[in-house]
Amino acid sequence: MSFIDLSKNEVQCKIVYYGPGRGGKTTNLLYIHQAMSEAVRGKMVTIDTKGDRTLFFDFLPLALGKIQNLSIKIQLYTVPGQVMYNATRKLVLKGVDGVVFVADSLKVQKEKNVESLENLKQNLADDGIDVKEIPLVMQYNKRDLSGSNIPILSVEEMERDLNRDLKVPWFPGSALKGDGVFETLREVSKRTVKHVSRKLLSR
Amino acid sequence: MDLVLSKEAINSIIAILDEDLLRAGADCVLLVDRSGNLIVNRGDPANLDVVALAALSAANFGATAEIAKLIGEDDFALLFHKGKNENIHFTKVGRGFILITLFGKDVSLGVIRLKTVKVTEDLLPILGGEQ
Repeated sequence: MSFIDLSKNEVQCKIVYYGPGRGGKTTNLLYIHQAMSEAVRGKMVTIDTKGDRTLFFDFLPLALGKIQNLSIKIQLYTVPGQVMYNATRKLVLKGVDGVVFVADSLKVQKEKNVESLENLKQNLADDGIDVKEIPLVMQYNKRDLSGSNIPILSVEEMERDLNRDLKVPWFPGSALKGDGVFETLREVSKRTVKHVSRKLLSR
Repeated sequence: MDLVLSKEAINSIIAILDEDLLRAGADCVLLVDRSGNLIVNRGDPANLDVVALAALSAANFGATAEIAKLIGEDDFALLFHKGKNENIHFTKVGRGFILITLFGKDVSLGVIRLKTVKVTEDLLPILGGEQ
């Protein structure tokens, strides 16, 4: 749910990074947090388990400047990717305005990507949101492993598996190195703000 | 469901929070929605990250609502955390909002509870009834 405060001319939107466990959602947020100046980003909050898996969510607020006198504030969240944490994912998805689906390029994660995308569609549908209506951007993460001896999926194969019907914008990425991180963020923010303003104008 | 609040609506919310809760001794009062957006914050939240507090409170409320379901309740209407010096009280406002009140050890919980009941009733019409 976006919130527009006309006393401050400010819009707040919620963008959720979704995808299978250990796919790089938190790494995306960490990279954004490290690369952005303190003037535009708030404090990053992480609730994780003893290891490096997200238990509840990560949260990072950003101020993305102004569009036509309206200040844009974006709140980035990640969900826990592990299958068993679906109740938590549903909580974090509440009131979502835009989604980044971070898919894992590792060949062994092929099924997990598809499963997680189906889970996203189902959880959105349970909240009355059609996956084709909400701003969605794909990121095919861990492309830096191409050329190494770890078997990875080709971008074409990932497109076939995940984006054949949705046909949403996608970016190859390496969240660890920062490749594609800001391209993804820019695209999803642009689409989300556009979507929110369109909804407002149609009121 | 998106929420748009006019300058007048925001001012009315501020007046209610100031009049009823800050005057009763609360240090800081926040109104947030259940997806984690901060709508209004009042008081003197020195060194307090109100944006993170809004996000974590919404998550906390969501998580306890799931606990409520496990024991056969629909929801919990309020939550209270007691600290050494600072306490925090959360109240549900309609279906879509949470009122967060921070207060020190010299303010009684009873006063805060009474005031938040009134504030909740006063805020609901401004927030569009049962959102």
